[in-house]
Amino acid sequence: MKIKIILLVILVLISFSKRSFSNDLKLENKINKNLRCLICQGQSIYDSQSDFAESMKLVVKQKIEAGMSEEDIYSFFKIQYGEWILYDPQFNIKNFALWLLPILIFLAGGIIIIVKFGVLKKR
Amino acid sequence: MKNKYLKIFIIIFFIFSFFIFYYGLKQKDLYTTENSGIQKFPNLTLQDFFTNKQISFEDILIDGNYYLVNIWASWCLPCRDEHIYLTQLKKNSSVKIIGINYKDKKSNAEKFLDEFGNPYEYILNDKDGIASIEIGAYGVPESFILNRQKEIVKKIIGPIDQKKFKKVLKIIKNEN
Repeated sequence: MKIKIILLVILVLISFSKRSFSNDLKLENKINKNLRCLICQGQSIYDSQSDFAESMKLVVKQKIEAGMSEEDIYSFFKIQYGEWILYDPQFNIKNFALWLLPILIFLAGGIIIIVKFGVLKKR
Repeated sequence: MKNKYLKIFIIIFFIFSFFIFYYGLKQKDLYTTENSGIQKFPNLTLQDFFTNKQISFEDILIDGNYYLVNIWASWCLPCRDEHIYLTQLKKNSSVKIIGINYKDKKSNAEKFLDEFGNPYEYILNDKDGIASIEIGAYGVPESFILNRQKEIVKKIIGPIDQKKFKKVLKIIKNEN
């Protein structure tokens, strides 16, 4: 009976450690996919195998193991390399046009269509 | 009347596009971290190249007016080109040169130093490249000029050439 209980405890512990390992791995992959490679700048470090990308992956892994959150890791890289390092940049005063311009063009297009239709209806 | 407005709009649109593309083409498409990032050099602890002892930057960045931290590797060809400038810089008493040997085989690095000379006061190993990322490096070779307060005064991306060497000398001279 005792052996069964010990085995059960061991199995539960293993399953928990596996779950936390897979969660860490998921987070690591997510972060790696959002960080730009310094050498091959069109690729994320997840896709790249350059020396610097490999080093960055190790840094990400180390920081996750140290208990840093996703946001903390992004801000670490942002301090070192600037906003450019992220594939998903945050909305700010420097890039607001990039975010808003497509919406504005879309709205302007809609207004033009409505006005045109309005004009046609009147005729 | 409508056509007139349309023509003006198209002309303005083309002039606007022209300037956007003109400006865009003049910009360097290669991103550099030269003007971004950390101001204070992080205090990392790394293994000494010769003694294998753990040394922190705080222990070695002492007694200098300026420090030049140079990331290098024996497999890096541009590092060979810049080595002559580091050797010349070694003669300048205002600056101490610290090397970070990036992802290198010790025997190859030793051969490199035998062949080209050793301008470094200390050489620290960065076997997995983590330290280079922690200090915000972008590639090999790369150099950081630090002042007495261990603040990054200048970041040199790529090999030091004649032009960059003169800039380094100017920084050291001006702030003395």
